[in-house]
Amino acid sequence: MKANARSWGLFSLGLFVLLAFTAGLSLSVGSACIRFADIPGIIAAGPGSAEYGILLGIRLPRTLLGIAMGGALSLAGTLLQGMFKNPLVEPYTLGISGGASLGICINILFKLYAVIGIIAYPLSGFAGASLVIFLVYGLNRSTRHIRSNRMLLTGVMISYVASSLVMLLMALARADDLQTIVLWIMGSLDEPDMALIRMALMGSLAGLFLSYFFCFDLNALALGEEEAAGLGVNTARARKGIFFIASFLTGLSVSMAGVIMFVGLIVPHFMRLVTGPDHRILLLASYLAGAVFLLMCDVVARTVIAPLELPVGVITGIIGGVVFIWAISRKKEDL
Amino acid sequence: MTPSPLVEIQDITLGFGHRRVLSNISFDVPAGRIVSVIGPNGTGKTSLLRTVCGNLEPFKGKIVLKGKDIARQVRADLARQMAVVHQNLEPLPMQVQAYVLLGRLPFFKPFQFFETGKDRDLARHFMTVTGILDLADSAMDQISGGERQLAALARALTQEPEFLVLDEPTAHLDITHQARILDLISGLRDRLGLTVLMVIHDLNLAAEYSDFLVLLNKDKGQIHAMGTPEQILTRKNIQAVYHTPVRVNKNPQSGRPCVFIDRAGA
Repeated sequence: MKANARSWGLFSLGLFVLLAFTAGLSLSVGSACIRFADIPGIIAAGPGSAEYGILLGIRLPRTLLGIAMGGALSLAGTLLQGMFKNPLVEPYTLGISGGASLGICINILFKLYAVIGIIAYPLSGFAGASLVIFLVYGLNRSTRHIRSNRMLLTGVMISYVASSLVMLLMALARADDLQTIVLWIMGSLDEPDMALIRMALMGSLAGLFLSYFFCFDLNALALGEEEAAGLGVNTARARKGIFFIASFLTGLSVSMAGVIMFVGLIVPHFMRLVTGPDHRILLLASYLAGAVFLLMCDVVARTVIAPLELPVGVITGIIGGVVFIWAISRKKEDL
Repeated sequence: MTPSPLVEIQDITLGFGHRRVLSNISFDVPAGRIVSVIGPNGTGKTSLLRTVCGNLEPFKGKIVLKGKDIARQVRADLARQMAVVHQNLEPLPMQVQAYVLLGRLPFFKPFQFFETGKDRDLARHFMTVTGILDLADSAMDQISGGERQLAALARALTQEPEFLVLDEPTAHLDITHQARILDLISGLRDRLGLTVLMVIHDLNLAAEYSDFLVLLNKDKGQIHAMGTPEQILTRKNIQAVYHTPVRVNKNPQSGRPCVFIDRAGA
């Protein structure tokens, strides 16, 4: 894609329109079908109707959470792939999801939610994620640089350790706790608390805003550490900043919606194929496309065996994987 | 008369881990001159350049650019004065034009999002003088290694540096492009007073285009000799450092030394 304000602006506008359309679809589709054209009327009529309750009490929170989490995961993947110059890195590679899963398991098994309420889920998830973030960072911090490859390996190892601990806790859990853990691990956008959703949306958008302070650094880092330094980039500071933003976004999404695989791997790849490697457009494009993709997957998850619903993480894996294999099989060059 | 130094390499000792590669290296790079570092493979020439660029911390010593220790300067300030062309350039899925425009990154103002018209003109100008304008829309991973080298030089020149550091600038180039690059660099030295420090393996190109040479000795990890090409490229110096019999003649046109392998003396 040509690097200029006009083509980037048009492309971003197109993605915004697509996101609006997908959000409308997410509001309309479900076990009770609400026509898209009726939505403004239902909202204007105010509370009282069943449709109003479904729309604003169930589907709007879910749609907003889908936008926030899809955007956050995809953006985190774009940041990490750019920083590590490795197309296989995704938000969960660094073990952050493992830490969050462990935190949630502990919450469920020790019934922390009974003491501090429903907020115990995101809190325990975020605590687990934060612990891993500081562990990975602390173990790989030298005086001047973050050691990228060591950081990746440490993250993968922490992920394995956390997964093993989660499995250990699952083995010790009672049947009803076990089901809660399994459902949570598969990922879901079912979160009715609007305060938490507002927080997630604001955190996700803050991540997008902050990531733009590093868009030029990411472009330069694509050339390599020393070439980036030669272009005036403080590579150590840039890596720290990018790592913490990506980790925050990952921790946020895992603690709010569980482990939703593939969004942070596939969407950044797909967008890079479309926009090219310039992070000035890639960051926004990945965020918007991640939101669209997760909302679409959630619509499928809600409708394919309605009135029952599938875990959205299963759908992201199936649809994302198939579409991605199709896309790269059409591309002649190497990635 | 030798102009005042733009860059001073002061008593640099460098290496990796506990292993010393070079010890007590000191020399100046005078403003508006081309200085080439020569020596056998594995001497530490590239490591020395990395130290000069601030990418490899020396065990001791310092690099002074325009009177200031580079270790105490902000990266962006350095990038506005010094540009580097590295030896091994990765093939990237990035357009040549976008790659060259990255040279304007150090000049971006806070919250500037797009390149200015001047940035684009400069990139276009240096793509023209390096002969890669017709590749502007090609991807860096779809052009040859030599063309990538030219793009890297165009990117470095787009930084409008006073001091240009080149690591093997002619490594992947045919004779036409070798001459083109080095003529361009010496032309920029003559017209704009560009100061250049380069590592180069080809002794004849070094002799032809350099004002001063620094010959490194691998055995001692020190400077063997430094001076003008005529002073340095002698049979005795070359045989002492490279352990290869050579003959040294004069280029009949430029009068500079020419080095030939002496197969009869082997």
